[in-house]
Amino acid sequence: MRALVIDDSRAARMAVSRILKSIGFDVVEAENGEQALDILNKDETITVAMVDWNMPIMNGYEFVKLVRRSDKFREVMLVMVTTENEMSQVVKALSAGANEYVMKPFTDEVILEKLEMLGLRL
Amino acid sequence: MAITHREFDYIKGLIKQEAAIVIDTGKEYLVESRLMPLAQKHGLASVKDLVDNLSKRDNQQLVTQVVEAMTTNETSFFRDFYPFEALKKKVIPDLIANRSAAKELVIWCAATSSGQEPYSLAMLIKENFPQLATWRLRIICSDISEEMLERTRSGVYNQLEVNRGLPVSLLMKYFKQDGTRWIVKDDLRRMLEVRLVNLAAPWPHLPQVDLIMMRNVLIYFDQVTKVSILKHAYDQLKVNGVLLLGSTETTINMNLSYQVQQYEKLSYYSKL
Ligand SMILES: C[S@@+](CC[C@H](N)C(=O)[O-])C[C@H]1O[C@@H](n2cnc3c(N)ncnc32)[C@H](O)[C@@H]1O
Ligand SMILES: [Mg+2]
Repeated sequence: MRALVIDDSRAARMAVSRILKSIGFDVVEAENGEQALDILNKDETITVAMVDWNMPIMNGYEFVKLVRRSDKFREVMLVMVTTENEMSQVVKALSAGANEYVMKPFTDEVILEKLEMLGLRL
Repeated sequence: MAITHREFDYIKGLIKQEAAIVIDTGKEYLVESRLMPLAQKHGLASVKDLVDNLSKRDNQQLVTQVVEAMTTNETSFFRDFYPFEALKKKVIPDLIANRSAAKELVIWCAATSSGQEPYSLAMLIKENFPQLATWRLRIICSDISEEMLERTRSGVYNQLEVNRGLPVSLLMKYFKQDGTRWIVKDDLRRMLEVRLVNLAAPWPHLPQVDLIMMRNVLIYFDQVTKVSILKHAYDQLKVNGVLLLGSTETTINMNLSYQVQQYEKLSYYSKL
């Protein structure tokens, strides 16, 4: 299975990617929502995107809204991974169409358990 | 400063006697790292001073604190995931079918730790079995640690704890936020009855139960204690009642009366 990790911080991308790779995912990375949309449009094998909220050019919230506007990506799971930890923000992301939500900082277990909830453990 | 054999043996004996928990030789570092903070809290310079104080045998509160410090409270919401899938799809539906005349269900979480397990169960029931709203439903949760019981009662969790195992939709529905603390809403909290039970001592009076969750606690006991607790649990179950253990625990090879059942990845134990 293939995953897309979207974060403007290289360290954060590496942290999430490492966990996904440890359970056998192929990982593609993007630095912002615009790049991510581009990748998603070209690569139909991506099953899940891990999405940071605060990024330049296009933030994660905008990305989620845009992805959910297109029927083509209906099956792609979207997991927000962000320092935004206000209930109102979480609700906002969920109503835009995010499937799960991880508040930074996280441990490996957090990510693995979230994937399991979404039926994505390999 | 490493602890001596004498101190280690003293703590080992005390924990065995008070909670039936076995501390293996070689776990000196564990005793040291768990008890040093407690010693300091009491203004003592070392674990040796703590042991000296304990051996006077006049401070039960200190004994309790040592036991609490030595127990492992590791837990998470919907821990291991698949047991809760089995509860949802098989165990609870079967119990509901069995108890439809009496309309009563009694559940016992026998090592609640900080409460994630009983709250997971309470959410699972609310989400999937709305018909139980008109039943008499009791969720009794117990632990040896008063500190853990207090945490269960308070229903307060930090961000990392609510990140672990808990679907975010349930976090939004059943918790309120206070800064970085997340607090279980009252209607869910009120579903739990919290009480002190040392599994390794004579049990207080408990009702007959339909479902016992006794997960990740037997692992700390020796074989004799395990068998005796599992026998006791059998007597505590109603007919057709079910026992759930942790993923590394089993009743097999203990010559007990439980019927082993399998649902997908989960083995569970019934009283027929
Ligand atoms: C690792 S936690 C398990 C929590 C939860 N059941 C789970 O599976 O996630 C073990 C708990 O057992 C409790 N415990 C240890 N010895 C006990 C005893 N003799 N009687 C009752 N509880 C005990 C500890 O206080 C701790 O909260
Ligand atoms: Mg960022």
